[in-house]
Amino acid sequence: MKIVVCVKQVPDTAEVRINPETNTLVRDGVPSIINPYDLHAVEAALQIREAAGGEVTTLTMGPPQAENALRETVSMGVDRAVLLTDRLFAGSDTWATAYTLYKGIEHLGADIILCGKQAIDGDTAQVGPEIAEFFGMPHIAYVRKIVEVGNDRIVVQRLMDDGFDVVESSLPVLLTVVREINVPRLPSLKGKMAAKKAGILKLSAADLKAEEENLGLKGSPTQVKNIFAPEAKANRKVLSGSMEDNVAQLVNELVEMKCI
Amino acid sequence: MYISVTRDKCSGCGVCIASCPYDAIVMHEDRARITELCQLCRACLSVCPEGAISEVEDGVVRKEKGQGRGVWVFAEQRSGRLAGVSLELLGAGRRLADKLGAELSAVLLGNVERGAQELICWGADRVYLCDDPAMDTFNDEPYANVLSELIAQYKPEIVLAGATAIGRSFFPRVAARLHTGLTADCTSLDIEESTGNLLQVRPAFGGNIMATILCPHSRPQMATVRPRVMKAAEYQDDKKGEVIPVKPVKITSSTRVTETVMEVSEVAVNLQDANIIVAGGRGAGGEKGFKLLFELAETLDGSVAASRAAVDEGWIPYRHQVGQTGKTVGPKVYIACGISGAVQHIVGMQSSDIIIAINRNPEAPIFSIATYGIVGDMFEVVPMMIKKIREIKGL
Amino acid sequence: MDYFLTEEQVMIRDLARQIAEEKIVPVRAELDETGEFPWDVMKTLAQSDLFGLFIPEEYGGLGKGCLELTIAVEELSRACLGVSTTFAANALGTYPILLFGSDEQKKKFLPDIAAGKRLVAFGLTEANAGSDAGGTQTTARLDGNEYVINGTKQWITNGGAAEVYTIIAITDRSKGPRGASAFVIEKGTPGFTFGKKENKMGIRASATTELIFDNCRIPKENLIGKEGMGFVVAMKTLDNSRTGVGSQGVGVAQGALDEAVKFARQRVQFGHPVITFQAVQHMLADMATSIEAARALVYAVSRLVDSGSKDISKESAMAKVFATDMAMRVTTDAVQVMGGSGYMKEYPVEKMMRDAKILQIYEGTNQIQRNVIGQALIKEAARLK
Repeated sequence: MKIVVCVKQVPDTAEVRINPETNTLVRDGVPSIINPYDLHAVEAALQIREAAGGEVTTLTMGPPQAENALRETVSMGVDRAVLLTDRLFAGSDTWATAYTLYKGIEHLGADIILCGKQAIDGDTAQVGPEIAEFFGMPHIAYVRKIVEVGNDRIVVQRLMDDGFDVVESSLPVLLTVVREINVPRLPSLKGKMAAKKAGILKLSAADLKAEEENLGLKGSPTQVKNIFAPEAKANRKVLSGSMEDNVAQLVNELVEMKCI
Repeated sequence: MYISVTRDKCSGCGVCIASCPYDAIVMHEDRARITELCQLCRACLSVCPEGAISEVEDGVVRKEKGQGRGVWVFAEQRSGRLAGVSLELLGAGRRLADKLGAELSAVLLGNVERGAQELICWGADRVYLCDDPAMDTFNDEPYANVLSELIAQYKPEIVLAGATAIGRSFFPRVAARLHTGLTADCTSLDIEESTGNLLQVRPAFGGNIMATILCPHSRPQMATVRPRVMKAAEYQDDKKGEVIPVKPVKITSSTRVTETVMEVSEVAVNLQDANIIVAGGRGAGGEKGFKLLFELAETLDGSVAASRAAVDEGWIPYRHQVGQTGKTVGPKVYIACGISGAVQHIVGMQSSDIIIAINRNPEAPIFSIATYGIVGDMFEVVPMMIKKIREIKGL
Repeated sequence: MDYFLTEEQVMIRDLARQIAEEKIVPVRAELDETGEFPWDVMKTLAQSDLFGLFIPEEYGGLGKGCLELTIAVEELSRACLGVSTTFAANALGTYPILLFGSDEQKKKFLPDIAAGKRLVAFGLTEANAGSDAGGTQTTARLDGNEYVINGTKQWITNGGAAEVYTIIAITDRSKGPRGASAFVIEKGTPGFTFGKKENKMGIRASATTELIFDNCRIPKENLIGKEGMGFVVAMKTLDNSRTGVGSQGVGVAQGALDEAVKFARQRVQFGHPVITFQAVQHMLADMATSIEAARALVYAVSRLVDSGSKDISKESAMAKVFATDMAMRVTTDAVQVMGGSGYMKEYPVEKMMRDAKILQIYEGTNQIQRNVIGQALIKEAARLK
C-alpha cells in the first residue's frame, strides 16, 4: 500500500493580526507550524500502514524552508518526505497548488492520498478534491473515521452537516480528514534523530514534467485584489446614562423589536 | 500578475523585507528579490521608498469569447429537502444578476417535491432540474459530472454554492476540471463596476484579516458562501419561471453511500434558528457567569452562545461556540457579554440584525460593531436586565 | 541559563517538555484526585522512546547517560511529580540489571524495558528496614536450582503496575551486610503478590504497594551479580539514581515558580499587579536563584556520573539533598505568593507542595544523605593525613 500525505507549513494563525493603519499583516514572531489538520492526516496514514502494511510519504509544495515541516513528519515515523520546490510554483492559488501536487503524486505513485480537511491560513478545503479531480480518482472529504481498508476498497465515515454518511470507495482514493479522526502521535526520539539526518527528495517543475502554464501565477485563475482589516459597522451607540437608565433603554428597545 | 523588483531602482534598504507578511522577500546580491513564497498581498508596494516594487500583469486569459451570461446557484438538497443556504444564495444571486442585467438560474439535482417551483419563488428565473434517482443521494463524481456538463453547455458568468459539507466537497472538482477559480467561504459578493468581475470577499488567516479575491481571466467565477451569511430574498408566491429538464450524464460513481446517520445536536439547531442569542466570553469568568447568561436567555426565550476563549477555558461545551472555528449565526438580537470582540468571533455573528455589547473595557473592539453598547460589568448589568424584563412580562 | 547542552540533549528536553505540556498538564489534577495510575502517559512516554534513554543501544535503547535522564525527569517533574516518580522509579529498578546483571539477564529484560513494554520497580524498603537497610528481613534460600523468597517489601513505587522487580533479600544472615543479595523477579511468579495500594499525601498518580513473597520460587539465574553483593548493588543503584531525585526537585520547583510568576502578574491588589510589590519580587527572586543553583549542581553531578567517576556517593547525595530541600522551600513559597488561590485546588501549586515533600524522604532521607556526605568528609580528611 503506497500512501501519500500532503502537508503544508503555515503561520500559526492564532498569532496573526492586521495593522489597521497600513493594512498589512503583522506577523512579527509568528511561528511556522505544520497545518494542524495535516498532522491528523499523517497519523491516519501511519495507522493504515500499521494495519495494512505499506509505505508512507509526506509531500509538500513550498520554499526550501518547508523542509522543516517535512522533517517533523519524519520524526513521527513516515518513511520518506518529498519537497516540490521551484520558483515557477510561486504565487500558486488552490488550482495551481492542486495541479502541482497532482504532478508530484503522479511521479511517486499512490494507492491512498490523505490531506487535512483544510489549511488554517486559507481555510479553503479545495486542494484535496482538486487533486483527486486531476487524477480522475474518487475522493471523500471530511472523513472522521476509517472503518476498513482492503486491497482495492475502503470504507469510511464522512462527516456531514447533519450527521455522517458511511461511504465506500474503490482504490486509489483521496481522503481529507477532520480532527475527530484521531489524536496525532508526538514524535519519538529515534524519529527526531532520524529526521535530522533524513534525506529530503526535492523535485522541480522539470522533474515533474509539469506544464508551465498550469504552474504558479500563470496557472492560478484567482488573484488577491487586496487585504484589509474586517470593517466595523458605523451605527454604534454606546449608552452613556446611569446604569439604571441604560438598562431601561436597552430593555425598551427589546420591547420595541417585539423580543419581549 | 506578479510582483517584481526593478533592480536599477532598488537601493537594497531592506524595508520591504520587514513589511512582507509571508517572508517572501530576500536580499540577493544586495537587491531585494521576491521568492516563491509571495502571495501577492501587495504589502511591499507602498513601503518601498524608491518605488522599485511593482505589479506586472501577465494573466493567462481563459475567458471564451461570446460566452453565455447569467448567475447560477447550486441548489443543495439532502433527503429531499432544500438547504436553507441555497435560498440565501438565491437572494445574493438575484442582486448580482440584477446588477449585471442577467438572469438568475438554479441547478437542482435530485428529487425535491415542488422543488423547482420553490426555487423560482425564492428568486430564480430558470431552474435546471435533473430529477433522476441517481442524484437523490450525494456522490461527488456524478454531481461534479452533471454540473460541469451544464456549465460547459450554458457558460454562466458566476456559479455559487453553499459552503456546506456537500458544496465544499464537489465544487472544487468542478473548478479543477474547468480550470477556473473558486473562492471559499465568501462573506460578501459584489460586481466590480469597471470590469464586471465578481468581487469575492473572504476571511483568511483564521478570520484575522479579510481578502478580496478576483477571478479576472477565467469563467465561470465560482464561489461558496457559508450558511447564514447572506439574506434570502422575499418569497414571491406568484413568480413564474422556466424549468429545463436535464438528462443525467456519467452517473457512475466510485464511491457509494451505504448508510446515512443523522446526528443533530439540539443546541446547533437552537443557535442557528434562534431569534435571540445571549453570548459570553472570557469576561463571564467561569461557569457561574454562564449560569447568569442562561437565566437571561431563558427570560428572552433565546439561546446561549460563547466565544472561543470561554470554550477553551472549559466553561461551556464546544457546540455553543460562535465564530470562525465555530458556528455562524444571524439572529435578530445578539447580546455579547464579556466578549472583547476578536475578529475570529465577529465573523461568526456580524450578520446579526442588532448587536448589544456589554463589556467593562470601553476600548473593547466589540463596541465598534455593536448597535448598542453598555460599558459595565456584566455581573451588574445582566441581573438588572433580567429583573426589568421579568417586570415587563409580569413575572 | 545556558548549560551548553548538545543538540541531542536539547531535542530530549524539547520532546519531554512537549509531552509534559500536551499530555500531562491536562490530566495531572485528575490523576492527583483519583490516584489512578497514568497508563496513557506511560504509553506516550514509551512511544517517544524516553524509556530507552539510558539503556545501551545494543539492547534497543538510545545509549545516553545520566544527564539526559536528568533533563527528561526535570521536564516531566515540572508538570507532575507523580508521573515523573513513576518514570524515575522505572530507571531505579533497572539499574541493578544494567550495572550488575549478566548478559543473559540484560538480553532478557532490557529490550522490553527500553521499549516501555514492561515497567520496573525496585524493592529495598521494609517495615523494619528503611533508612537502616541493614534491618532487611526478607530472605532468599537456595533450594536446588531455585531460590525461595520469603518476606514483605513496603512502600514500593510502581508496585503492581510493574512487570519486573529487582529486590534485595538476605541469603546469609550470619554475614551481616555481606549476606544480602539482589534478585530479579517477574510479576505473576507463584507466591508473589501485592498488598494494598497506599493512600498518599502527594505523588498520588504513582502507585505505591507492598510486595509480598510467600515461598516464592525463582530460578537460580535470577540472582543479580553474586551472592553477598546485595548491598553493593543497592548502594550503587542509589548513587546513580540520586541525581534523578535532585532533578525532580529542580523540575517541580520550576513548575511552581512559573505558576507563581504568572499569577503575580495577573493578581491585582491595591490597584497594582502584586508582582510590582518588592515583597513579592524578592520572594520570586530568591526562588529563581535557588532553583538555578540547584540545577547547576544537579547537572554538574550528572556530568560527573557520565564521566565514569568511581566514587560519586558524596556528590550525588549533595545534589539530592540540596535540590530537594530547595524544592520544598520553593513550592511552599509559591503557595505563599499566590495566597488563598495557592491553597486552593483550582491552581496546581498546592499539589506541587504536597508532592515535593516526598523528595526529602524517599531514596534515602535527606538526613541519611547528610550522613553520606559527612562520612565522605571524614574519609577524605583521614586520607589527607
